[in-house]
Amino acid sequence: MAGAAPGGGASRSEVYRGSGPRLLLPAWIFIGVFLLLPVILMAVYSFLTKEFRGGVIWEFTFAAYDQFFLNRGLFGDEPPTIEWTYLGIFWRSIWQAGLATFFCLLIGFPTAWYVATRPVSTRSVWLFLITIPYWVNLLIRTVSMKFLLRDTGPLNEFLMWTGVIAEPLSLINTNFAVQVGLFYSYLPFMVLPIYAAVERYDFALSEAAADLYCDSWTTLRLVILPAVKPGIVAGCILVFVPSLGAFLAPDLLGGAKTFMIGSLIEEQFKGAAGNWPFGAAAAMILLTVVMGVLLIHARAQMREDG
Amino acid sequence: MDQKNIAVDVDHVVKRYGSVTALHGVTLDIREGEFFTLLGPSGCGKTTLLRCIAGFEDVSEGMIRLHGDDITPLPAHKRPVNTVFQQYALFPHMTVLDNVAFGLARRGWSARDAEGRARQVLKLVQLTDFAKRKPGQLSGGQQQRVALARALAPEPQVLLLDEPLSALDLKLRQAVRVELKQIQRETGIAFVFVTHDQEEALTMSDRIAVMSNGHVQQIGTPREIYEAPVNRFVADFIGETNLLEVDVQTVLGGRATVALPGGTVIDVPAADGAATGPGHLSVRPERITPTDGPGSVTATVDSHVYLGTDIQLHAKLDDGTPLVVRMQSSGADIPAQGTRLALDVEAGAARLLAD
Amino acid sequence: MAKTDLRRFAGFRVTTWLCLLVLYAPLVIVAVYSFNASTSITRWGGFSLKWYVDVFTGPEAPRFRDAAINSFVIAIAAATCATIIATAAAVAMNRTGRFRGKMASLALINLPLMVPEIVTAVASLIFFITIGFKTGLMTIFVAHLVFCIPFAYLPIAARMQSVPDMYEQAAMDLYATPWEAFRLVLLPLMIPGILSGFLLAFIISLDDFLITNFVKGAGIETLPTAIFGSVKQGIKPNIMAISTLLLGVSVVLVTLSWVIGRAGQSRN
Repeated sequence: MAGAAPGGGASRSEVYRGSGPRLLLPAWIFIGVFLLLPVILMAVYSFLTKEFRGGVIWEFTFAAYDQFFLNRGLFGDEPPTIEWTYLGIFWRSIWQAGLATFFCLLIGFPTAWYVATRPVSTRSVWLFLITIPYWVNLLIRTVSMKFLLRDTGPLNEFLMWTGVIAEPLSLINTNFAVQVGLFYSYLPFMVLPIYAAVERYDFALSEAAADLYCDSWTTLRLVILPAVKPGIVAGCILVFVPSLGAFLAPDLLGGAKTFMIGSLIEEQFKGAAGNWPFGAAAAMILLTVVMGVLLIHARAQMREDG
Repeated sequence: MDQKNIAVDVDHVVKRYGSVTALHGVTLDIREGEFFTLLGPSGCGKTTLLRCIAGFEDVSEGMIRLHGDDITPLPAHKRPVNTVFQQYALFPHMTVLDNVAFGLARRGWSARDAEGRARQVLKLVQLTDFAKRKPGQLSGGQQQRVALARALAPEPQVLLLDEPLSALDLKLRQAVRVELKQIQRETGIAFVFVTHDQEEALTMSDRIAVMSNGHVQQIGTPREIYEAPVNRFVADFIGETNLLEVDVQTVLGGRATVALPGGTVIDVPAADGAATGPGHLSVRPERITPTDGPGSVTATVDSHVYLGTDIQLHAKLDDGTPLVVRMQSSGADIPAQGTRLALDVEAGAARLLAD
Repeated sequence: MAKTDLRRFAGFRVTTWLCLLVLYAPLVIVAVYSFNASTSITRWGGFSLKWYVDVFTGPEAPRFRDAAINSFVIAIAAATCATIIATAAAVAMNRTGRFRGKMASLALINLPLMVPEIVTAVASLIFFITIGFKTGLMTIFVAHLVFCIPFAYLPIAARMQSVPDMYEQAAMDLYATPWEAFRLVLLPLMIPGILSGFLLAFIISLDDFLITNFVKGAGIETLPTAIFGSVKQGIKPNIMAISTLLLGVSVVLVTLSWVIGRAGQSRN
């Protein structure tokens, strides 16, 4: 029969069968041309030679990666040893992002659980309250945190008023401030996926566990956590990935000692001191790590789904 | 059969999904003005066949003709057939009237004419007062009638109904059966009705096609299907039956002599294709009766189920074959477990199957 | 014996309130201080609207006004285009059966969510400079459009999955062409999803600082880049007033989207 695909006729139950590729064309054009292509171009740039006033010279070199990973001495003539400056920044980024993820989970899981176990009538109001801050401009939220943590800011004033401290704490420009900023920026990202997982959780499982002599915390550990694990993992990724490349929190709340990879990259493209190939290489390294995390997650999920 | 009277001609239709074959060369024709039912268990291919006729599925091989014209390549919206969907699929954002007029408007009717016709059809299903409501404000039974009205409004050459009663509760379902049959007679449109409910099929249909595993097992009137099943599947699926393994000695002119388990030889009607050798005899439980005489078979009672007017006995023949016997409960003693019973098999009501 | 509630864990409620406190306290404090009459940003000098007046009439007013206009024009344009593209993509992914490259397309639509913002920013800048595209409003629009697509796509695709395709099948059974089935049946049923998709994309566009900062070119500002520029020189009260205004816009839009979502749910 005409039109029948080999191995059996395709189903016509899909209403607009055959128009799939056509309908996706705009998405392919815009994301393909204005994101995929630029990322590929950036990869190419990371292997080019830097020009001093910003920009590149089209000559192939490993110099950017060499500079990131290896130390060849002040004049570049010593035998290469590992360069710790940038790896240190990278490590600090991973550490800060990991810590932010941990704290978000610590606060986010009980919150998600509590909201998801509210009666249906009030649940959406709770959820609404949790999501609102997420929709408030990230810059404004970070500025608010900066204002709150200033030496003469409301937090210090409050602590001095209560007598807990005599002198203002210098909170701003510390790793602590950056950590608070990251935590504050991405906390809703942790709550929402866990909430979705808890909402799907079948409480008959808890009843079964209780019936089989589990107390509530044992039930949490042995039954609930494994059941909502996909939500927890998703939440952790949603917090970790943007924290790793964060720019606003380290830039506004931190200082020179709290430098993270996002600021390192940004610096290479701003002003005359920039180094485009080096910035592109750093961005490539960040992208590789992030894609690695996402890929591992995707594969684990696929294995679990069978 | 006169070619002109055939509304739908399904000609060796094969439907494959990848490596799975849902329809294995189905051939049947549906006559004009007929209430035709596709009956079978879920997964037998009945809904797939209906969707092939409607145009929601391509057929992999074969052809479907509507009044002699090949409609196989036509998409759903170019086929003059309409469907009543299982979940009704009433457009929730439109009023009842707009739902019913939808098909007419697509066929190019003016808004005025379409509304007039829609109101006329709503009258047929007794929903005139609900024209301006949204489907969500109607009861299940009312929604079902709107779905029927919407599909009837464009006067399709064939109306397809995909288990339209399954979402209704039992009482309503029985009332709607009568109503549906009446509307079918009044409109004279051929109905193709899909169901897994044999009672529905037997009470409403002019003819039934029993399907299983993508094959048509038997096509016939409800009476033919019930009383003269051709094979084990049909005998077992329609109503309740005992399938006895028998030794067929002779087959001649629609009758056969068979040896029952235990050796008694009886003369029974035989389906086309029945052959000598080992075979299966279908005997309905109500056609087996305890007797004081020697009987055709003997069985040992295992248990009984009290059904009000009837008692159902579960017994075993001497060779271990399970046997169900249905006897009237009035007056009779219930045989205790372990009782040996002599039973008569009513030869005229039994049927040798073609397997 | 009292029945234990299996949903309750000690400390979870306190944690939830703590979570809300952490989320809201900074915003509330900034909002309160934006009404401070004092010029010093830490001493409370009584209630006043003077910083709001300053936002609209002060020395920085023209700069912020232009930035606000840019922000809203770009957000409306990017969100509108992204919504149309995402709707088409959602139809392709949910209503057209299997085809080659379907999984790749899904990955592509989600790509802007997976690539870290700083990387997107850098890559976009490099791309525009290399092809000689003059940075300005147009480059901001294109960059925003790209990352708005997945945000518009999520609620639209979710809604489309919850609309069974039997409605469109019924439409086509009743002689509607595929386009009519889309326009008369699917589209009206999709309205809540499309509106939330648009609002989401709009807020995301309005929110963006990092990518905008890279591709905006000299002299062009959006509200976030203008605010960032000011904050670099220290937090001034007028920034708090602007922040509070923008916060209000976000809250109104999210509430709107929430109400629309609920209305759409209760109708079905």
